[in-house]
Amino acid sequence: MNDGPALSHDPRYAWPAEGLRRVPDWVYTDAAVYQREVERIFHGRTWNYVALEAEIPNPGDFIRSNVGPTPVVVARGKDGSIHVMENRCAHRAAEFCRELTGNAKEFVCPYHQWTYELNGALRAVPFRRGVGGKGGMPADFDMAAHGLTRLHVTTHRGVVFASYVADMEPLADYLGPEILREFEATFDGRKLTILGHYRHSLPGNWKLYHENLKDPYHATLLHTFLVTFGLLVAGNKSLMLADATGRHGVMASAKSDATKVAADLKGEMRAYKEGMTLAEPRFMDFIDEFDSPWSVTMATIWPNLIVQREMNTLGIRQIVPTGPHEFIMKWTMFGFEGDSEAMTRHRLRQGNLMGPAGFLGLEDNEAIKFVQDGMQRVPDGEHVVELDPQTGYGTSDTLISEAAIRGMYRHWRDVMGL
Amino acid sequence: MLDVPAPQIDSRIAALLLHHEIDQFNARYAAALDAQRLTEWTEMFTEDAFYLVTSRENADRGMPVGLIYCEGRGMIRDRAFALEKTAMFAPRYLRHIIGNLVVLGEEPNGDVRAQANYVLLQVLFDRPDATLHQVGVYHDVFCRTESGLKLRERRCVYDNLLVPNALCLPV
Repeated sequence: MNDGPALSHDPRYAWPAEGLRRVPDWVYTDAAVYQREVERIFHGRTWNYVALEAEIPNPGDFIRSNVGPTPVVVARGKDGSIHVMENRCAHRAAEFCRELTGNAKEFVCPYHQWTYELNGALRAVPFRRGVGGKGGMPADFDMAAHGLTRLHVTTHRGVVFASYVADMEPLADYLGPEILREFEATFDGRKLTILGHYRHSLPGNWKLYHENLKDPYHATLLHTFLVTFGLLVAGNKSLMLADATGRHGVMASAKSDATKVAADLKGEMRAYKEGMTLAEPRFMDFIDEFDSPWSVTMATIWPNLIVQREMNTLGIRQIVPTGPHEFIMKWTMFGFEGDSEAMTRHRLRQGNLMGPAGFLGLEDNEAIKFVQDGMQRVPDGEHVVELDPQTGYGTSDTLISEAAIRGMYRHWRDVMGL
Repeated sequence: MLDVPAPQIDSRIAALLLHHEIDQFNARYAAALDAQRLTEWTEMFTEDAFYLVTSRENADRGMPVGLIYCEGRGMIRDRAFALEKTAMFAPRYLRHIIGNLVVLGEEPNGDVRAQANYVLLQVLFDRPDATLHQVGVYHDVFCRTESGLKLRERRCVYDNLLVPNALCLPV
């Protein structure tokens, strides 16, 4: 298993004696650790989100995507099947697909016009036999051995995943029953309609985004907007769910009546302000369209997918790491076929909560930047992850818990051999 | 002496004045946002205004989402209120440069359609340089009111593929 540099024997990578109650900075800042994450996590035994089927509904439709940092093309073949290939010509490595999305009969690398089928098989090499009996490829050149590097693909309820590993377990087993239930509560069988994308860079380590959504403690403290307008307050019915491995999670809460917030809780939440109101409170309405006790769920599906069900604003967030200190987040906002125009506009209005300019979203991005800034400028420290010691690691029914973060690092350390 | 009939001069002067009036409006708009006077910013819209910030990627494909999506001045006021009273983000300077104004035409109701390019520069207090935060086009509908021009619609369509981290203040 450990065929990379022997990081675990290097004293720089010693884990703190407190175990999972501490996370050392090098987890977030070290280039060798990042390289191993690409090999063992994104290119390892994981199902990586790559697209929604609704983005490539017709034969020949394709979309650029990523598995970890690696650019891939997701294409629908003539028979309707979905293929995921590295965006790298088998000849001279050119990243041949330059469009964000489109429709093609075949992929032609612009450099020397090597031509590939929609499934990545090499179909044609110009001047393969040379000209006038001179030049050309060797007679024994094997077209079948020079296709694009293809990944393994699975789909569930219109969501497309890819893996570098051939013998991955089925997605349902990968998610586990509890995470699968929440996944299917959002992707409830209705066909998806795409409302658009947000893309932004975040100057922080990619795992901080997972941790932010495995950290229900921050929600009522950082997100003053939620508390001010009573959408989420400490004491709401809530759950921080983790799967058996600790890698996946769902942060769930049920909207409650702000007028019933207990006085003692108000004091702890500096943000709570009695009587502040919105001019257009309707954008915060929750239209109960899901078979779920939760009005909000944020599913973190290892390693690169977040499924946002923030009341009625629904979105995919795809993590694309670009190094230890930065990642790109691509959001795909969606609704369902059959949504009325009023429902679509409600989703779009409610979208003001999330995304890179969202009332909540911008705060998460800023907080993650602050954390990375802190580690880069005052280095070689460690993070304190002590909340809710009774739970140890994994699922917790209190918001005031970091047990899901500990569970994630239990898994991460195992996979990384650190 | 210009050898041009009088009515034609009038229409040219009228076009010049309208162009100037919108140009002045955009300069005031930029000044309000650069000084982060968000209440003043909200007063530059009509009650039924639509304000959108979205990527060119979405606009070109007819995708309706916005980073900011406000139907009506109430939502614009809520945005300003939330940013001023509840939002946590690092302090920063912003500088809007608005140019290449084109007055596209008038609607039957007297509204004026226009567009202008914009550049938004940002300075964070922990980084020495101004960075290009956003570059795009305002697609506007102006309404003439007793208190001057107001925006009935401003769609800010930015060319950047990636938003750098977060868009904390309006465009």
